[in-house]
Amino acid sequence: MVLALTGHRDSAREVNVAFSLGTFVATCVLTVGVISDGPLFAWSREFYIDPLNVFLVTLTAFVGLTTAIFSRPYMRVERDHGKMTPNRMRLYHSMYQLFSFTMLIALTTNNLGILWVAMEAATLTTVLLVSVYRTPASLEAAWKYFILCGVGIAQALFGTVLLYMAAEKVIGLEGGALLWTNLDAVKARLDPTIITLAFAFLFIGYGTKVGLVPMHNWLPDAHAEGPTPVSAVLSGLLLNVAVYALLRCKVLTDGALQSHLAGHLMMAFGLLSVVVAAFFLSRQKDVKRMFAYSSIEHMGLITFAFGMGGPIANYAGLLHMTVHSLIKSGIFFAVGHATQKAGTQNMADIRGLIKVSPTVGWGLMLGSLAILGMPPFGVFASEFLILTTAMREQPWATPFLLLALGVAFASVFSRVQPMVFGDTSVKPLRHPPALVPVFAHLGLGLMLGLYIPPYLDAWYRQAAQMIGG
Amino acid sequence: MTELVGQLINLFAAILLMLSFAMISQRRILSLIHLFTAQGITLVAATVLVGYATHQPHLYVSAGITLALKVILIPLLLYRVINRLDVRWDVETLINIPMTMVIGIALVIFAFNLALPISKLSVSVARGTLGIALACVLLSFMMMITRSKAVPQVIGFLSMENGLFFAATSATYGMPMVVELGIALDVLVGILILGVFMFHIREEFDSLDISHLEKLKED
Amino acid sequence: MTWLGVFSQLLEIVAALLLAPLLSGWINQWRAWLQNRSAPGLLQPYRMLHKLFNKESVIAEHASPLFRGAPYIVFGCMALASAIIPTLSTDLPLSPAADAIALVGLFALARVFISLAAMDVGTSFGTLGARREMLIGFLAEPALLMVLFSASLISKSTSLTTIVETLAHRDLGIHPSLALAGVAFTMVSLAENARVPVDNPATHLELTMIHEALILEYSGRHLALLEWAASLKLFAYSCIGLALFFPWGVAEAEAPLALLLAMPALILKLAIGGAMLALLETLSAKMRIFRVPEYLATAFLLAVIGMLVHILLAA
Repeated sequence: MVLALTGHRDSAREVNVAFSLGTFVATCVLTVGVISDGPLFAWSREFYIDPLNVFLVTLTAFVGLTTAIFSRPYMRVERDHGKMTPNRMRLYHSMYQLFSFTMLIALTTNNLGILWVAMEAATLTTVLLVSVYRTPASLEAAWKYFILCGVGIAQALFGTVLLYMAAEKVIGLEGGALLWTNLDAVKARLDPTIITLAFAFLFIGYGTKVGLVPMHNWLPDAHAEGPTPVSAVLSGLLLNVAVYALLRCKVLTDGALQSHLAGHLMMAFGLLSVVVAAFFLSRQKDVKRMFAYSSIEHMGLITFAFGMGGPIANYAGLLHMTVHSLIKSGIFFAVGHATQKAGTQNMADIRGLIKVSPTVGWGLMLGSLAILGMPPFGVFASEFLILTTAMREQPWATPFLLLALGVAFASVFSRVQPMVFGDTSVKPLRHPPALVPVFAHLGLGLMLGLYIPPYLDAWYRQAAQMIGG
Repeated sequence: MTELVGQLINLFAAILLMLSFAMISQRRILSLIHLFTAQGITLVAATVLVGYATHQPHLYVSAGITLALKVILIPLLLYRVINRLDVRWDVETLINIPMTMVIGIALVIFAFNLALPISKLSVSVARGTLGIALACVLLSFMMMITRSKAVPQVIGFLSMENGLFFAATSATYGMPMVVELGIALDVLVGILILGVFMFHIREEFDSLDISHLEKLKED
Repeated sequence: MTWLGVFSQLLEIVAALLLAPLLSGWINQWRAWLQNRSAPGLLQPYRMLHKLFNKESVIAEHASPLFRGAPYIVFGCMALASAIIPTLSTDLPLSPAADAIALVGLFALARVFISLAAMDVGTSFGTLGARREMLIGFLAEPALLMVLFSASLISKSTSLTTIVETLAHRDLGIHPSLALAGVAFTMVSLAENARVPVDNPATHLELTMIHEALILEYSGRHLALLEWAASLKLFAYSCIGLALFFPWGVAEAEAPLALLLAMPALILKLAIGGAMLALLETLSAKMRIFRVPEYLATAFLLAVIGMLVHILLAA
């Protein structure tokens, strides 16, 4: 149902938006269905929707839609600047749809093998998206991205093979031993030795995709050199889906091992990512690179939260995934307009946004404040939850987290402030910026900070329960 | 009979490992492609044997896909690429080759050590070969890291895929059909994209040396 | 010690001494054919030896007795080596004298003496050859040992006769470790016998020669002995290869008939092996001397992997 809508190719911006809208509507219907009827299967159990993935499906479709709306004027400007030819435009749009298609497959599939295939396919499509400008820098970024993620994700395939091997002994060859639901049912009987190794490989593989330090090198390059809408979906969606894949594997591992190994691994690497990314943040000159590092930081935080486990931390992790994805893509929209207008991504050359275009300026300012965890935005709520849980359960980690968040705050704020309020001589933008998405995202982020609707709350609780840990 | 087939599979596994090793000690791109093709053939033979020994017809299918893809299509494509780009000879390494090989042997020991407890648990005829498959994966992984030119990196990527495929075959008689088809498709698309990329990189940098690709780093 | 054992031992030594030059001639002939040249006669090495034995031996004025003695020692080592390798029969009275490790030691001993002798006269080429020979030797020996170890892991003994017996007469099994060891062994024996990728036996080019540089100062019967020893070494290596990797047709104890069969089998195997060697030499190009360590390191690592594979698969 979702797939049939997104499978088509198209070349026009409007069609792109229309399809994304269609997808979004379809997923909304699906979501309502799942909420009222509980988990559902499709296509002889190959697809499976449960509370954990349904919210990500909706989120993916939503961000996909807003990004499509945003990319409409953005790409028009790029074309006017001569950066995009019609052929590249066609490539861009078809790859964009294919990308969201693979994302949705990855989220909805019940088969861990298909999950891998979809992740790899998402890598391939985004490689093309990142390299769409064909500049040396973008080619370099895309090549690095491909090689690193190709290698990483190959490790995940090895992990999947091992998982299959463990499952096959319990379920047998014919029983669909890669279906997550089947695996989940027998997870306690899976062989611990194999599962340990399998998780190690899966963790390296999907962790690369999440952008955990030290496998993060591809991420800033890919974000900085690709078109801005692509950076937005990379940060807002792809990373989420990778975390999702990791979560699915963690549930199985926890069940099989009866220990906290997976959690410890995730906490260690999550914390490392937070700290390292925070310090890298302070050294960036390129605005998109800076926010890419901020993505690494937040992914680390999310991984850390899920690593701690328990209903509250999981809840916080899920919430953080949602708000991060909303606000980060919102920031990228604003950054996209700002850089287009300034003609550069170098932060030292972007000044006085507030005078050129108050909406863009305020969007960027508010977005940055939101992502840095200022109340009343949603990030504050989730970060607060994560921190308090960490204080109670893993007190040793708290100073590191606080330090990293502090450094991140100082470095991002000191960069964004002059960009927004500094002096400038640039004339206002010709194209009216498509700011609906920015403020829609910020608004939602704000709302989640102030008030979580009861159905959403129940939803998070269910999902958090499922992840357990 | 089964004993013999098992031993033959082991033999093919050893050959696979040997070829992986030969790849990291190889200096010429053309020979690399030959080695890669030979690896593909060995892989097909091993897959067919496992299929024969276990009466799993779908293994024949995946052997067929491997044959078409990794023995015929991809080597042909690579030949075309290196002919068009005229990069037939030089493979440059970031670490010298003896050093790479010493690291390689350490990786092999590591892989065997890792796989030993697991292969004891497996019921497959080819259980011992899981360690070899893992070693192949790690060796190709290292090849990708230590080579500075684009084509050897790509061949390393593909050879890693071979190792993974062999792991799937030896550990569990292959993945489910859907998954295998998906993986094959991904590999094919990936190699096409990489092929196109090589031309673009060549155009932009006037060389296929990846060490030119280091503008983007932390300053 | 039965009379049959003594007989087969004697037969082996005689066969080795007589067949070794023939093998060299055979390989040279194949090489010539493959390179589209007209070949020298098959018996050319014998004629060469005959000629050299009849010539006067000229020795440098300040050469020490070591220089005179070295050819005999080297020849003796090689003869003993070919005697203890079970090529025709596994029932050899001499074989308890040395196992696989001692065999490598025997080769090393010969190498030390020939290098010392080469340095003894004090010419620059001798020293150069000796240095290169030692470089190759010190890298090739561990590799050879590893190859022999992978074989002895299978038979759980380092005695050569036991290894060959196990490999030849147990039920047919394929040992993947031997495939790796086989490749490694081929590489090592090419290096040890001064064949093409490492040294070219057909030239006296100053820059590249190794083996020829060592024996440059010798003449007359000393040179004859050394040339004979060199072909014996090649023969011994071929026999190790055949015994380890193609052990079929070797006679066991108390089987006089098998001994009759073993001889033609050996000659056939050697003929095929020699042709393969010539083919290999023709196909490959000589590598730079500084690449040789790398080449031998590869051989060593392959042998090590062979052992590891054996451990993994046997577990």
